[in-house]
Amino acid sequence: MQLAVNIVVLASIYALICCGYVLIYRVSRVLSLAHGELMMLGAYGLYATASLFGGHPVLAVAAAGTLAFCVGIVVYAALMWRMTGESVLAAVLATIALGILLRGAMILVFGTQTQYPLRDLGWSNASLAVGSARISAVGLALVLATALTYGALFAFLRGTRWGIRMRAAGQNPLLAAQRGIGLHGVYALAWGLATFTGGMAGMLIACDAGLEGTLVVIGLKAFPAALVGGLDSLAGALVGSLVVSAAEVLLIHYVDPLLSDVVPFVVLLAMLAVRPWGLFGTREELDRV
Amino acid sequence: MSGYFRVRYSEDFALLDTRVQKAWFAVFSIALLSYPFFANALWLDLANQVLLASIGAVALMLLTGYAGQISLGHAGLLAAGAFTTGILFKEFGASMWLTLPASAAVGAALGLIFGLPSLRLRGLYLAVSTLALHFIVTFAGGEYESRRGFSTGIVIESPLTDARHWYFVLLAAAAATLLFGLNLLRSRTGRAWRAIHGREAVAEALGINVHRAKLSAFVISSTLTAVSGCLFAYYRGFVSAEAFSLYITIQYIAMVIIGGMGSLLGAILGTVFVVLFPYVIDAATALLGIAGRLASGIFAVNYSAFGLVMILFLVFEPQGLVGLWRRMQSWFLLWPFKQRPLSR
Repeated sequence: MQLAVNIVVLASIYALICCGYVLIYRVSRVLSLAHGELMMLGAYGLYATASLFGGHPVLAVAAAGTLAFCVGIVVYAALMWRMTGESVLAAVLATIALGILLRGAMILVFGTQTQYPLRDLGWSNASLAVGSARISAVGLALVLATALTYGALFAFLRGTRWGIRMRAAGQNPLLAAQRGIGLHGVYALAWGLATFTGGMAGMLIACDAGLEGTLVVIGLKAFPAALVGGLDSLAGALVGSLVVSAAEVLLIHYVDPLLSDVVPFVVLLAMLAVRPWGLFGTREELDRV
Repeated sequence: MSGYFRVRYSEDFALLDTRVQKAWFAVFSIALLSYPFFANALWLDLANQVLLASIGAVALMLLTGYAGQISLGHAGLLAAGAFTTGILFKEFGASMWLTLPASAAVGAALGLIFGLPSLRLRGLYLAVSTLALHFIVTFAGGEYESRRGFSTGIVIESPLTDARHWYFVLLAAAAATLLFGLNLLRSRTGRAWRAIHGREAVAEALGINVHRAKLSAFVISSTLTAVSGCLFAYYRGFVSAEAFSLYITIQYIAMVIIGGMGSLLGAILGTVFVVLFPYVIDAATALLGIAGRLASGIFAVNYSAFGLVMILFLVFEPQGLVGLWRRMQSWFLLWPFKQRPLSR
């Protein structure tokens, strides 16, 4: 029972991070390798707002969320916008460069100490009982946040004007642009949403386990989950996260705790060998010359 | 009528074309060969680091700059070479003549295994599987360390102890790698790589076996990288899993970007830039008098400066240092004109 709860919590962590990878890849075919760093930036945003709005935790969380969304827009407007016409290779390399820049800047500004934003917010991480198992309050919040995010994203992509524009831009950018969809706006929105969800994941993980450099590694470990499900499918990201986290939790429990960093990547390799476009991903069509 | 004419095929194939080029090459070689007799210990060590890293940078340039595939497992491949060397040395007391080819073989095998998934899909899938490679190799290395009780790392006795001897060995290795790369790129394989970088579908339509070309690019690149890792292990005399973080991979990617995509000269220039960069930052902070304040976070300064420089190059000078050099060259050649004449 406890194992099942652990799997669900870990899966929701991965799923919440994954939807950033999926959103950006689906809309602009760019693999954002700065996602781990952007996630950490979101968590530091919460740390900053927590001390700024001391005594108003709800306000602080809302401000941090808005901040994360704005950071995503700024990243697009300042850097990725210039990479739109360039090759995908250049864009991916730019995200790597952005990642290392952000990591250095964050250490310079915030130092290397482990921070505890939850304590700064004035909340405590209670342990709740679910049947025979226990789950931390933040863990429960993570599961709820993930469910809410995915529900909202599905509704957004299916029903709203901007969501349909995003899907159109992802399917065929040229055609979408010619039908009057502003690609820059759509791409900026995708980056904003991705950074917002990633930042939210970062904040919640930081609340649970403390805020330190290992957050970036968690961001990278979530990437296999996105790929196992299929890089351009949100539903796939959900399923992929479940698969990867189940494999990770079970192997840690029954084999060796040290395996935790490797398991997602082994699952990834197995997936790449069997079905490289992922469980729910669309298989690439043939290119035209 | 004056000018330079190639009248024999051998002249067409020659790497050094004109008399001026040959003269410059001779001057340059003499300068390189006499360098260790003038340099002090620090500069000699820096030169060795540059030569060592340039092997890995050339390997990455072949893969990323020419074949257009991103590898995020460069540090993992270096680690594979270094750990092969370390394990063979510790367990069997093997000499360098055994560990070097063994590292190369391990590199080639890893290249083959991790390159295979990328064949089934176009795009950036090599980046994905090489990321897996990085984590798996460093995990395996760390496991070996802790199981055998070398928790801090494996100490290797190097057959060479004098930095000057190392310089000549590394110079020979780097020169051999460069020559190999230059000739490979002029061959059928190299032309195939450039074609698939340009556009995969067209390359395939022209009769290039895209799968084979991609796989050969990755296998050759990873073999060279593993050899570089083996030399690294001997040069440092020490192997530990912590030394091969993702930051090393990013450094090598920085070399390729800053030097200039699609140029072996760029790989070398980028290596010089990246290896010397931390020392320049050190000197700059000392000059500004903020060294004391930043002492604890000097690596963070390096990180962010690296990222910034990479972004600046990607945005404003995608051709890298080589692009700058070529532009300067043509400025002097064409002066007082700005553009090349339209008809050539």
